[in-house]
Amino acid sequence: MSELKLTDVSRWYGNVVAVNGVTMTIGPGVTGLLGPNGAGKSTLIHMMGGFLAPSSGTAVLDGAPIWKNQDVYRHLGLVPEPETAYDFLTGRQFVLAMAKLHKLADPGAAAERALARVEMQPAADRTIGTYSKGMKQRIKMASALVHDPAVLLLDEPFNGMDPRQRLQLMEVIRQMAAEGRTILFSSHILEEVERLAGHIEVIIAGRHAASGDFREIRRLMTDRPHLFTVRSADDRVLAAAIIADGSARSVRLGADGLEVEAVDFARFTWLLPRLARDAGVRLWEVSPSDESLESVFSYLVDR
Amino acid sequence: MNSTIAMITYRAMLGRRRALLLFVLPLLLLVLAAVLRVTGNADLDTTTNVLAVAVSTLLPLLALIAGTGVIGPEIDDGQIMYVLTKPISRTSVLVTKLAVAFSLVVAFAVVPGLLAGLIMSGTTAGVAPAFGAALLVGAAAYTPIFTALAVASRNAVTIGLLYALVWETLFSGLAPGAGAVSVQQWSLAVADALTSAHQVDSTVSLGAAIPLLLVAAVGGTFLGAARLRTLTIAGAE
Repeated sequence: MSELKLTDVSRWYGNVVAVNGVTMTIGPGVTGLLGPNGAGKSTLIHMMGGFLAPSSGTAVLDGAPIWKNQDVYRHLGLVPEPETAYDFLTGRQFVLAMAKLHKLADPGAAAERALARVEMQPAADRTIGTYSKGMKQRIKMASALVHDPAVLLLDEPFNGMDPRQRLQLMEVIRQMAAEGRTILFSSHILEEVERLAGHIEVIIAGRHAASGDFREIRRLMTDRPHLFTVRSADDRVLAAAIIADGSARSVRLGADGLEVEAVDFARFTWLLPRLARDAGVRLWEVSPSDESLESVFSYLVDR
Repeated sequence: MNSTIAMITYRAMLGRRRALLLFVLPLLLLVLAAVLRVTGNADLDTTTNVLAVAVSTLLPLLALIAGTGVIGPEIDDGQIMYVLTKPISRTSVLVTKLAVAFSLVVAFAVVPGLLAGLIMSGTTAGVAPAFGAALLVGAAAYTPIFTALAVASRNAVTIGLLYALVWETLFSGLAPGAGAVSVQQWSLAVADALTSAHQVDSTVSLGAAIPLLLVAAVGGTFLGAARLRTLTIAGAE
């Protein structure tokens, strides 16, 4: 059981602050690092993986500093985001080379185990240059877990994968977490994180915005003023009914229907059909108009 | 030294199109030497001129290609992470890369240079072996400098070209003082000392050249290792 600990970590590049005073502890199980693109997720992972010195604060793995400490790699595996692996090697040669670099007792057997784990044995004798995105991701995964590390860091592992590959990789990650490993992966997609991570850390604009299990994060993200666009048989009557009820803060009557700012997401979505029925108005369309992750995130930041 | 890193590096260097450059330049030199020999134009003057060009052009170009090529592209595209996330000291990573680069420069610049000299004028006045030695010490100085440069800067190739072609070739001719800071002149000092031919000349004395060559070789290695130890991989963001 290993624990990765960041204490008041900041990182800046010149005048630009990429990560600002982040404190978090990553323990066994799957942790999702969630945030929009450019939030500082990669910078954080690079500091956890020893590729970047924190400008201030400390990053330690089981008490040992990570920066300038090559021994942490005996217990830590890292799957970097760039797609490139040594394209001219076959998958098997690549994973075997990584096993040798770890100076494992039986690199051949370790490489085969890792290849089997990500189900890449059938394609292991093709060069990496011929692989699809999903296969490259899996061979990178195999290279990162060839030494059976207690901690695994994955930078945007699902990027560019098709749904089937995504499920497959999620399954591998789940299995490894079940064995007591500490796994952290980054993503900008809430659904991915929600399906896989037992614990979620949200990073926005370099700051640690929220932390908790997915229910808490989901609640934080949905429990906020929501904008809906509503079209109905009689917008005017429906607007009056919504305002009278009090679950919405404002209703704007526009040419394309109503714009409703709901105060309570759950109550509003439950109530709207009833209101419409009672008022005798037929609903044609109800659509959330600000569901982009950025607007969700910006709400969290301003909170 | 690490044999796995060396294997990957050799494959990366020799398996790509860039490898053609490694082959083409020394081949041109050998063909030129053979033509001069066959046509009876390979006197001592011509030999020293051709070999001086090998020292001033072929050697720095190949040292630049090999010295930066063994590590620069890997840092640029982030692949170096696969090597650096291993319990191997970064000094050992750098020394391995450097050894691979040096062996390539020896194979593609030093050996062809020596052969070209021998083809043109045999061992007359010791010119060919003298230039062989100059190429060897030059390779030992250039390669660590260019490898360190590749670790330190993404513009290593440009900076290296400016140094080798503009500084060493152009300025050394204009201002003799610039020759004091020139691997090319230090190497020629070695050639000068080893041959009785009067055509070989350097602006630097052997007594100054040898310590300077050592400083370049050792200093480049240490700087490269120090830079690699604190190498930060910029985020994709």
